[in-house]
Amino acid sequence: MRPAIFAAAIILFSSTSAFAAGDVARGQILYESRCGACHSIQSNRTGPKHLGVVGRKAGSITGFDYSPALKKAKFIWTPKQLDKWLQGPSKLVRGTNMAFTVPNVEDRTAIIAYLAVAK
Amino acid sequence: MNEVIQTASRRNFLGTVTAVTLSATALALLDGNDAMAAKMKDKKGGDKMMASDVGILNVALGLEHEAINAYTLGAQSGLLDKGVLDVAVLFQSHHKGHRDALIATINKMGGKAVAEKTLAQYATELNAGSIKSAGDILQLARRLELGAINAYLGVIPSLNDKALGQVAARLAADETMHWTLLNSALGGAAPAGPLSFGA
Repeated sequence: MRPAIFAAAIILFSSTSAFAAGDVARGQILYESRCGACHSIQSNRTGPKHLGVVGRKAGSITGFDYSPALKKAKFIWTPKQLDKWLQGPSKLVRGTNMAFTVPNVEDRTAIIAYLAVAK
Repeated sequence: MNEVIQTASRRNFLGTVTAVTLSATALALLDGNDAMAAKMKDKKGGDKMMASDVGILNVALGLEHEAINAYTLGAQSGLLDKGVLDVAVLFQSHHKGHRDALIATINKMGGKAVAEKTLAQYATELNAGSIKSAGDILQLARRLELGAINAYLGVIPSLNDKALGQVAARLAADETMHWTLLNSALGGAAPAGPLSFGA
């Protein structure tokens, strides 16, 4: 296993095991109502698909036309990075097209919990 | 599901289908935006602010393209009876009005409007192959309208220009009207609490 993949696997395992089932269920509802305008788990739409987003390199979905800013991003989507992103995408990646925020920390936690396990 | 379809097919889904004039919608939304664009350009960092706003408007335009095509997929499915089809076409015309207004605004701000994808691409992205009934179509439409409401309300704080914030709020109001009628047709309950959208 290559180091980057191994690191992603560690992140994924540690993040999924840390979330409560209640968070995941609530996160799915929140995801569908808040994120569902632009995103889905399985398909690229206005925004990129989210299948396997936790542990994935930012801006790396093949076939999705990212903003130039996100194409240049070097980081991995960890729960911590996703939490920062949902507080203010342009603060994390200046020039991103995403402007939607999730101000409530419990809502962000639930959405990230769902993203970590969504299939 | 039959009950859903029967309910949806009744004229009480929407009492009267009102004709809309798209150009009038676009003009009303754009009213004052010329002055807004000129004012923002004069500000320090105005170009970056405008580019940011154009990016947000282009995301909104992507949603409108998708909504128009979703209603086309519904209309072409052969699953909707005339009463429901008339309402779907009306809602689609609202989205076309939104699209036209957004494209005109983006162009006036010096941006490049995001292109519409093919109907086949939207069909894939929305998993249209899984649609088997009129109820499925209405549920998809309700889900997309809810997403659009929350998206429009959610980006208002990020828009640099208040006039564009008002445009986003007006778009959200249209989507809320669509959601309410679709939810009623599907027999959904009214939201239990206040401030149920946009947060």
